[in-house]
Amino acid sequence: MPKTIKITKGLDIKLKGAAEKTLSVIKPESFAIKPADFIGVFPRLLVKEGDQVQAGTPIFFDKFRENIVFTAQHSGKVTEIKRGDKRVLLEIRIEAEDVNKQIDFEPAKPESQAREQLKEKLLKSGLWTLIRQRPYNIIANPDTTPKSIFISAFDSAPLAADYDFVINGKGDEFQTGLNVLKGLTDGKVYLNIGQDTKAPEFLNAKNVEITLFKGPHPAGNVGTQINHLDPINKGEIVWTIKPQDVATIGYLFLKGVINPEIIVALAGSEVIKTGYYKTIRGGCIKKMVESNVSDTDVRYISGNVLTGSKIRPDNYLDFYDSLVTVIKEGNYHEFLGWALPGFSKFSTSRSFPAFLTPNKTFVLDTNLHGGERAYVMTGKFEQVFPMDILPLQLIKAIIFEDIDLMENLGIYEVEPEDFALVEFIDTSKTNIQALVRKGLEIMRKEMN
Amino acid sequence: MRSLRRFLDKVKPQFQRGGKYEKLQSTFDAFETFLFVPDHTTQSGSHIRDSIDMKRTMSVVVIALIPTLLFGIWNVGYQHFLSHAIETGFWAKVAYGAWKVIPIVVVSYVVGLGIEFIFAQYRHHEVNEGFLVSGMLIPLVLPPDIPLWMVAVATAFAVIIGKEVFGGTGMNILNPALTARAFLFFAYPASMSGEKVWIAEKADTFSGATPLAEAALGTGDGTVTFSHSFADMFFGFIPGSIGETSTLAILIGAVILAVTGIGSLRIMLSVVAGGLFMGILGKIIGLNAYMEIPFYYHLVMGGFAFGTVYMATDPVTAAQTGMGKIWYGFFIGVVAVLIRVFNPAYPEGMMLAILLMNVFAPLIDHYVVESNIKRRLKRTRKNNAMDAKPQTV
Repeated sequence: MPKTIKITKGLDIKLKGAAEKTLSVIKPESFAIKPADFIGVFPRLLVKEGDQVQAGTPIFFDKFRENIVFTAQHSGKVTEIKRGDKRVLLEIRIEAEDVNKQIDFEPAKPESQAREQLKEKLLKSGLWTLIRQRPYNIIANPDTTPKSIFISAFDSAPLAADYDFVINGKGDEFQTGLNVLKGLTDGKVYLNIGQDTKAPEFLNAKNVEITLFKGPHPAGNVGTQINHLDPINKGEIVWTIKPQDVATIGYLFLKGVINPEIIVALAGSEVIKTGYYKTIRGGCIKKMVESNVSDTDVRYISGNVLTGSKIRPDNYLDFYDSLVTVIKEGNYHEFLGWALPGFSKFSTSRSFPAFLTPNKTFVLDTNLHGGERAYVMTGKFEQVFPMDILPLQLIKAIIFEDIDLMENLGIYEVEPEDFALVEFIDTSKTNIQALVRKGLEIMRKEMN
Repeated sequence: MRSLRRFLDKVKPQFQRGGKYEKLQSTFDAFETFLFVPDHTTQSGSHIRDSIDMKRTMSVVVIALIPTLLFGIWNVGYQHFLSHAIETGFWAKVAYGAWKVIPIVVVSYVVGLGIEFIFAQYRHHEVNEGFLVSGMLIPLVLPPDIPLWMVAVATAFAVIIGKEVFGGTGMNILNPALTARAFLFFAYPASMSGEKVWIAEKADTFSGATPLAEAALGTGDGTVTFSHSFADMFFGFIPGSIGETSTLAILIGAVILAVTGIGSLRIMLSVVAGGLFMGILGKIIGLNAYMEIPFYYHLVMGGFAFGTVYMATDPVTAAQTGMGKIWYGFFIGVVAVLIRVFNPAYPEGMMLAILLMNVFAPLIDHYVVESNIKRRLKRTRKNNAMDAKPQTV
């Protein structure tokens, strides 16, 4: 029986449209690498439009850390290099070929390899970019050794992909990936399972410390888990990685090539047929959502409704995401909406009747339900924030950019996603996740 | 509703920048968002948001105040006719009370909201809903015979000096409604204390002393004799400020605030605990006759209950940390009773206790935040020590 940690603070938002457990295979016409998915990366492009690339060909590298290389996941032709204002690199679109030509990085047994050899293979193949570090959520620095590595084997966010389903049959790859990670740290590799985790791939994993997290969202957030198991103090570094990405790293060491596949859930109240899709990492979502979405005004989100990013129906998945959510847009006026009882509305406030029906699933749209105000209410954020950190005080420290206070109040331990529920329940309708990101960027600049 | 929406959409451009009535933009905006929740959608961060907003939050507090307002209206009439020894029916009392109370409420809202609209326009903000509550609280803590011009002056003082100079709702240090009351208390003491003001147009022959005034006689060498029973004080058949007399009506409000989670039950209970603690301690020490009264009388006399439920719980001026709220509330209760039993000049200790603790709330929070910081620093040091060990071995 693994060690159990019970989370009491938090909130499960029960939404309509959870993904059905059916798997379809699609081959997207194209996929893209978006430099904006990687925090703090300044891309230096290595390809041009019309180039043919193989799976594993470097596409760009980071100007500040030249050994961090971003490679193509699948072979094909670079069709478009999209730039924005001031020529900021937005997207490198690659048309996937029918036959995947892969660069051979040679299989290897991670147990028999030195740490430097493991790192070199990951860096060269571009799969190093799957490992991120806290604080700051940037791609891990290969010159450091983390005190521990965290993997959350379940996602507790609304409508999230079921990692049990996604990892099914990938036991060997996952375990090989864990062995690689074990070789990268002197500390522990933590694999944290949820109360519904049944997959033997997770339960029988070796070389890791398994902890069971019970309770509502954000129990599945790796930030919550770090805070309870091995909190980050000033100067310390923890690495994090998602389960599918562990398997991708394992595949590289087993077969010597990059596995471009990723299983993505399609969920949300506006999806006609929900389900799971095997596609290419960063693939175009067009084939998944085309004529599969109700014809109201909808929002496509790469990721979950709390932390994902808004994309267009012919856009690409974010690099780290394994979920596409489609919900209604909320661009309507509601007559006396704040005063009516609101029987169909979801709220954590008991001034709405939603608290009487705790098991009801709701259809939520993107309406802000009010205007932005100064902070008035207190004691609410703490109810959905299961860490020993004072959320309101930290937010205020970020607002007035007090670096010492931010550090003292524990900014190194948090990421915007940890504040997603706080932002959701905020009566004053402020954009707290963006604020936390800003605070972390201030700290990162200050520390370098 | 669609035609109303169409009308608003049609006239809206005239109220926007460059329009004919651009000076009324925030006023228009306030009315528009009152009628229709805006069509704004999330642009960053969480794509979905809780349905709660500031308008709903504040209106719950206003709803929680309604029992005290209704009882206050009736009681103003009841006390008036009682002093004149006239027997009348229920509706005559209500009519008289309404004739006295409604103008005070109207003046408070008109003056306060007017100033809020001007400041919102000046700052290019949306109008804050905070005054919806303050505008109701101010009349309820005033005596029924207060001249209307004083209500206007006090409200203006509270909104401008108590709130807007700090940056508006959410930024103020002192509770605006209590600022208004304290202003009147010190600027026009004749209209805010003594025996005359607590009953509207009182008959001269009738005593009209509030339980607080009767008890205050016991601060020196005097004795305390209450002309009202405990039940009278609990149900509210006593003279006093318009909304404060009925502990029962206030309890109904307390339940509304606590169940919806909009008022902090933690603060309410802490204040009561503090008041009882000091009441019992006073009883044990027993230096004067006031201290000798049954300790639980403090909860039903004067503004203790009203202040506990509606004033101490104001989230902006209260302590903001969980632990801080407990200390903040406890000290309000202690200080309120302390002022009552020792100081005959200020019979109402509750107002001053809350204002005092408003000032101290940031200090209390400071110590709670410091303890959180210390915990983190200690953890860091411990970890560093552990890291250092293998190197020395």
